[in-house]
Amino acid sequence: MAKKIENVGCPFCGVCCDDLVVTVSDDGKKILEVENSCIIGSTVFHRAMSERHTLPRLRQPDGTFKEISYDEAIDYTAKVLHNAKKPLIYGFGSTNCEGMAAAAKVAEQAGAVLDNCASICHGSSFLAIFDNGYPSCTLGEVKNRADVIVYWGANPAHAHPRHMSRYSIFPRGFFTGKGHKGRKIIVIDPRHTDTAQVADIHLQVQQGHDYDLFDAFRTVVRGHDIPDVVAGVKKEQIIEAVDIMKKARFGTIFYGMGLCHSDGRNHNVDIAISLTRDLNDFTKWTIMAMRGHYNITGPGAVWSWQYGFPYCLDLTKRDIAHMNPGETSSVDLAMREEVDAFINIGTDAAAHFPIEPVKRLRKHPWITIDPHPNMATEISDLHIPVGIVGVEVPGIVYRMDNVPIQYRNVIEPPEGVPSDEELFERIYERLCELEAEDAAREPAKAAPEGARAGE
Amino acid sequence: MGELIIKNGFVFDPLQEIKGDRMDIGIKDGRIVETSALSSPKTIDAAGMAVMAGGVDVHSHVVGPKVNVGRLFRPEDKLFKSPLKRCDRMEMGFSVPSTFKTGYDYARMGYVFVNEAAMPPLHSPHVHEEIRDTPIIDNAAMPVFGNNWFTLEYLKNNEIENNAAYTAWLLRATRGFAIKVVNPGGTEAWGWGLNCESIHDPVPYFDITPAKIITGLIETNEFLGLPHSMHLHCNNLGNPGNYVDALDSFKLAEGYTAKNTFGRDQVLHMTHVQFSSYGGDSWRNIDSQTKEIMDYVNAHDNITIDIGQVTLDETTTMTADGPFEHHLRSLNNLKWANTDVELETAAGIVPYIYSPNVKVSTIQWAIGLELALYSNDLMRTFITTDHPNAGPFIRYPRVIKWLMSRAARDETMKTFKWLDRTIESTTIDSIDRELTLYEIAQMTRAGPAKALGISNIYGGLAPGMDANVAIYALNPEDMPSDPDMIENAFSRCAYLVKDGIVTVRDGEVVAEPAKRTVWVDVKVPENAQVQRDIYEHFLRHYSVGVENYQLFEANLHNPRVIEVDSTQ
Amino acid sequence: MKTVTITLANPPELYLEGQNITPDNFAGKKAAEIATLDVWEGKLKSPLGKYFTVEGEGGATAADTKIVLRGDCTRVKRIGQQMTAGEIVVEGNADMYIGGWMKGGKIHVKGNVDSFCGIGMEGGELIIDGNAGHHLGSSPRGEWRGMQGGLIRVAGDAGNDTATFINGGTIIIGGNADIHVSTHGEGGTVIIKGDAKGRVGGQMVKGDIFVYGTIEYPLPGFQLVGEVEQEVDGATARFAHYIGDLGERHPVSRGKTVYANIYTRL
Ligand code: SF4
Ligand SMILES: [Zn+2]
Ligand SMILES: [Zn+2]
Repeated sequence: MAKKIENVGCPFCGVCCDDLVVTVSDDGKKILEVENSCIIGSTVFHRAMSERHTLPRLRQPDGTFKEISYDEAIDYTAKVLHNAKKPLIYGFGSTNCEGMAAAAKVAEQAGAVLDNCASICHGSSFLAIFDNGYPSCTLGEVKNRADVIVYWGANPAHAHPRHMSRYSIFPRGFFTGKGHKGRKIIVIDPRHTDTAQVADIHLQVQQGHDYDLFDAFRTVVRGHDIPDVVAGVKKEQIIEAVDIMKKARFGTIFYGMGLCHSDGRNHNVDIAISLTRDLNDFTKWTIMAMRGHYNITGPGAVWSWQYGFPYCLDLTKRDIAHMNPGETSSVDLAMREEVDAFINIGTDAAAHFPIEPVKRLRKHPWITIDPHPNMATEISDLHIPVGIVGVEVPGIVYRMDNVPIQYRNVIEPPEGVPSDEELFERIYERLCELEAEDAAREPAKAAPEGARAGE
Repeated sequence: MGELIIKNGFVFDPLQEIKGDRMDIGIKDGRIVETSALSSPKTIDAAGMAVMAGGVDVHSHVVGPKVNVGRLFRPEDKLFKSPLKRCDRMEMGFSVPSTFKTGYDYARMGYVFVNEAAMPPLHSPHVHEEIRDTPIIDNAAMPVFGNNWFTLEYLKNNEIENNAAYTAWLLRATRGFAIKVVNPGGTEAWGWGLNCESIHDPVPYFDITPAKIITGLIETNEFLGLPHSMHLHCNNLGNPGNYVDALDSFKLAEGYTAKNTFGRDQVLHMTHVQFSSYGGDSWRNIDSQTKEIMDYVNAHDNITIDIGQVTLDETTTMTADGPFEHHLRSLNNLKWANTDVELETAAGIVPYIYSPNVKVSTIQWAIGLELALYSNDLMRTFITTDHPNAGPFIRYPRVIKWLMSRAARDETMKTFKWLDRTIESTTIDSIDRELTLYEIAQMTRAGPAKALGISNIYGGLAPGMDANVAIYALNPEDMPSDPDMIENAFSRCAYLVKDGIVTVRDGEVVAEPAKRTVWVDVKVPENAQVQRDIYEHFLRHYSVGVENYQLFEANLHNPRVIEVDSTQ
Repeated sequence: MKTVTITLANPPELYLEGQNITPDNFAGKKAAEIATLDVWEGKLKSPLGKYFTVEGEGGATAADTKIVLRGDCTRVKRIGQQMTAGEIVVEGNADMYIGGWMKGGKIHVKGNVDSFCGIGMEGGELIIDGNAGHHLGSSPRGEWRGMQGGLIRVAGDAGNDTATFINGGTIIIGGNADIHVSTHGEGGTVIIKGDAKGRVGGQMVKGDIFVYGTIEYPLPGFQLVGEVEQEVDGATARFAHYIGDLGERHPVSRGKTVYANIYTRL
């Protein structure tokens, strides 16, 4: 008898659908069917069955890989971290918060830089949040209340397939019984995207001039005149859109990489936040980043409570954390050749970084921790396979609206393959041993006196 | 094995009415015992020092989503402001410290239990993850109810029993501790950018008033017989003239008496009352109405309060009172974060500078202290800073100094730019009262523990209780003439014994005993109606499934459950 | 004034963090003591003497101390960070953060500097003969109280994000500036002798910006209100006067709304 597992979270995109039903084989080893997910969501589950390694692979002098034991791989990794002057641990697009917390412990002990994929994606959102705050809400609020939705530089139809149906445009909520009919949709994008197809208003902003357009929106909100055309958009269209926004009962601006990746990056988000602030003097408005991976919001949460910084953490001083994107961000560190070892975890840096930083990082030891082979594993000195979060490993993930979702596993990882958390805990232990061997710099702490109840 | 004796200290244990007697305290296997039960204990010499139970914080924002937004969006709260690492983990941040710093700093001050003041139920897994990473101190967390759609609907129809069943379900789903209410109705109104400015302002679309939410939740609380009472942050917080709203809210508790088996006497805990004790009708003529407030509190022993003392620091305000934070950002124009949480609550976060150069700040400072100094019963009046709203919790020792020393108050007042205006608008300058160590022990451990309904475990030194003991280098027979010494002594305790383990010595953490998560599990009769309502709301209105909403056992860390059987 | 000359004899493999290279830290110290001050290369903490040769000695106070840096300091960060007095001369280039959180004294860099130079500056002078990177005279992340005072003068070009959250002080750029000048500014003056690319004065509340060349993409939130003659950096010229950012909040002082000003050379 095949087994149906319900309420399964999807480990793919930031929509974090938690209503998947996964059918697994009798022996609990095979995934037979995935229901309720979109197509890309189900791929993650089916891919679990293929391209798996069950042992770490170490690059040999002749360029080939040789399988080694986990103990050897852990020893190798700990030594790389220990011997480097400034190692970089980067990634975390696809793991759980438990793994992120364990990795932070390693980074702190090793004196490493700790960074996540936001660094090349929504990091600009963080910079804007640092400077201007973040008036936001959970996705259920949008579903229950919103009557105006703005997608700015975002194309959920492709990147977040169920976003519009679960939360924004189509669902009927408590105060939004009419669903799509009761909502106005504004899409601002230089391209004619599929999302723009469902919009009531599509403003084709000139590429790279979102900031100017936001400034025009804000100027109109405050009742001032603007030039006849701003960033390729006619004044009348701007006035019409502003009018709709001011008359909304509850509005949400969802913004995507179109804002974070065009010129001025964080400032585009920053001024979008300013516009949201302004609109709250008239009615209720919220703003939300369309975060990409299912738990890319996670490291920002975990490391904020552990260190007060969401990404780009320079822990090399060992007694204090420092963050300054532009300096401590992975691509900048790589480009400036500031780091001398690289651990790539839960992402494919070789595919996502520009080629030049990859080349520069490649001059030093490069270790990739990932369930599957990818471009990064193939140029690594060491590939350590781990269990797939959301498929083989349970854990907490943070949805794009910062709501924690408890993920289940539907099958077990291949025999002997650890989770990211277990792996980092073991690296941590080995690292502590190396440090201890290194000579006792400080006198050891006195042993605790007394004993706990029940011990 | 595992024995300690704390010898010759001056013991202050208000739960046993021990007022500085020279006594020995025995500890065995993590619990307080009669000294006669010890065989070969290690000795801590506490001669010339004050010995108290480990501190208990009734209200502090230390873990969870809004605290974390406060950390995330204020990198400048770390820059040049974080101490260097000296324990297992780095300690970052000033007004919103990292979880590690939170645990270590509370321990250094001799605290062992901290009640997280507001948990958005939808975010409970986040709260528990942070609890895991907060070392040493035991934590509980109060889910917020005052704007919860289930609650509003049940109370509108006077369905106390249904509301009680739902409350029990939510406490279990979130592994929560008590009923927290923040700006009842007003935060739901904030979903539309609106507010409920008095207890009679109806909640849009829900056809209920804040007054009815408050009384309904008091009734629910006593119906269930929970350890703690309903815990209220009242309407119209932070506005001139709002002492009237505080009094109106207090009066709603009249006629209710506490029903529980946990030794709790109050039916309403009103939090950070400093923010609700303002007279006047504008920022120009705001003044202190603490006399009115405390006359009422003194005369009604079914109420407890905490003060929410302004510490005159640059800090970060954060509350589930969404409209209040929005208002605050229009006053100081600083960055503003907000999260509205579906069906439940909201939160706002804004940095804020309480400056000795600003009249309103110094009036607020005086008001907080007056509340404590006018109190006739310090078992019902607790020290808080509503951390981090009125100031960071690491300032408790400074608050204690101000309360214990008129000279310290005078010294601080000398730095005020608007001293005359502050004196005119308050009564602080006419108060000579200086609190005693016994009274401080009432306000910081015995009283809060009793009000939280945990005084059988925390807040005292009777045999059988957890062996949580704080020792401060203060000699009640020879108190220092320099009040700063009081602040120093309470900042860095001479010793903290937590669960029988010497955790802090000379103000430094020397061990990290495992911490606990304290939650309340209430048994209620099966309630099909409520089960259906839960099913419906999750199917139609929540964005997560009900099975994933309830905290997984794996995500609850080192639990200590307090069981309540309401079916009896 | 006494002079200490430090020469980078053994350059780091990575980068050096030299926040101890300030007149404040060198004052009252002999060469041998200065050589023991900490510098960091990643997680490796070492004495300054491992990388630099040190000659001369510090004066009695910071104000009496001059530091000359020789050798290629392109990979040395944080020179002169938080200095309060005295003088630093860098004979070549310097890396990030030079003059960061500076309160007083003078720094003169004869070459180029990288990003974040003069951030959080409160006073003193930072003179760059070459070009500056991004975030010149900006505020540190999240800090709304940006540059408070002092003078930054760059002979060449500046990157993007100059003077974010500027509150006071003056920045003079001899060449061109990339996008974002005085974003969120609430005071102070930025003078660009060349061209500005765009987003000049966005979200700006108060303060002045002078642009001698052109602004390629002016913001819609700025409105032309007239022409004025002004003395700027010792010379008088005529400017077109714009006020803005009209999309942003503005304080009212004595019944009049205060705007930020952009002046472009006529
Ligand atoms: S929308 Fe995203 S989370 Fe939902 S099923 Fe598709 S890929 Fe998975
Ligand atoms: Zn509150
Ligand atoms: Zn509070």
